[in-house]
Amino acid sequence: MSKRNFAAVIFFAIVAIFLVFGALLMHPFGEFGEADQEHYPEMDQYIIDNTQEETGADNGVTAVVFDYRGFDTLGEATVLFTAVAGVIILFRRLKK
Amino acid sequence: MSGMSRIVKTVTNVAFPIVMIYGLYVIAHGHLTPGGGFQGGAVVASGLAMLLVAYGSVWTMGKVKEKQLSVLESLGAIGFIGLAFLGILMVFVYTSFQGNFFNNFLINQDKIPIFNEIGEGFANINTAGVIPLMNFAVGLKVIAGLFAIVLVMAYATRLKGVKQK
Repeated sequence: MSKRNFAAVIFFAIVAIFLVFGALLMHPFGEFGEADQEHYPEMDQYIIDNTQEETGADNGVTAVVFDYRGFDTLGEATVLFTAVAGVIILFRRLKK
Repeated sequence: MSGMSRIVKTVTNVAFPIVMIYGLYVIAHGHLTPGGGFQGGAVVASGLAMLLVAYGSVWTMGKVKEKQLSVLESLGAIGFIGLAFLGILMVFVYTSFQGNFFNNFLINQDKIPIFNEIGEGFANINTAGVIPLMNFAVGLKVIAGLFAIVLVMAYATRLKGVKQK
């Protein structure tokens, strides 16, 4: 077995162990975890109740995307910008 | 890719303004109805892609260059980040605010009257603070970005020997 294959086997074993333990630690489908039982319902109920007074928007989804989670939208815009830049750089040679 | 037949061009001429108006409606009403900058921008960009398919990439490249589209996309990005940073800077304007990144500084105050109202039920379009402005910025960004991608790829893969109509 070459050195490269040995490293690949080690890496695969580590990833498999992480996947198995992650699967064992997952919450049951449709339920909250035991430790998070109190926090999560509070948070979405807070957004449903206070969206109109805090952001003034009727559309709660847009209020979350552009106001409560604006940083996440900034990341999405960065992804789009990177995709456009990559495509234009890639096709610059073929244009001529 | 040269232009398609006269039938396709006529259908595109009829459908293009409707698609444009629908996409701009989705962008402008992003804070009131389902949709927003990303979705409306995708609708407008697919309308422009329809124009590109019907009329050919050479004709479209004669109308608009991808460099102009890059400038528009950068303007959208700068507007979006600028509005986000204005949320921090607004702490110098009204002292009662705590400045945050992505702070909605146009709502719940009386210094700047534009977009000041709170929407309830069937609300007006001048509600929700900075959210419609961010929708416009992101919409401009998505329109220019997606159309630049489609235009550059179509123009790069055009058939060289074919005579353009």
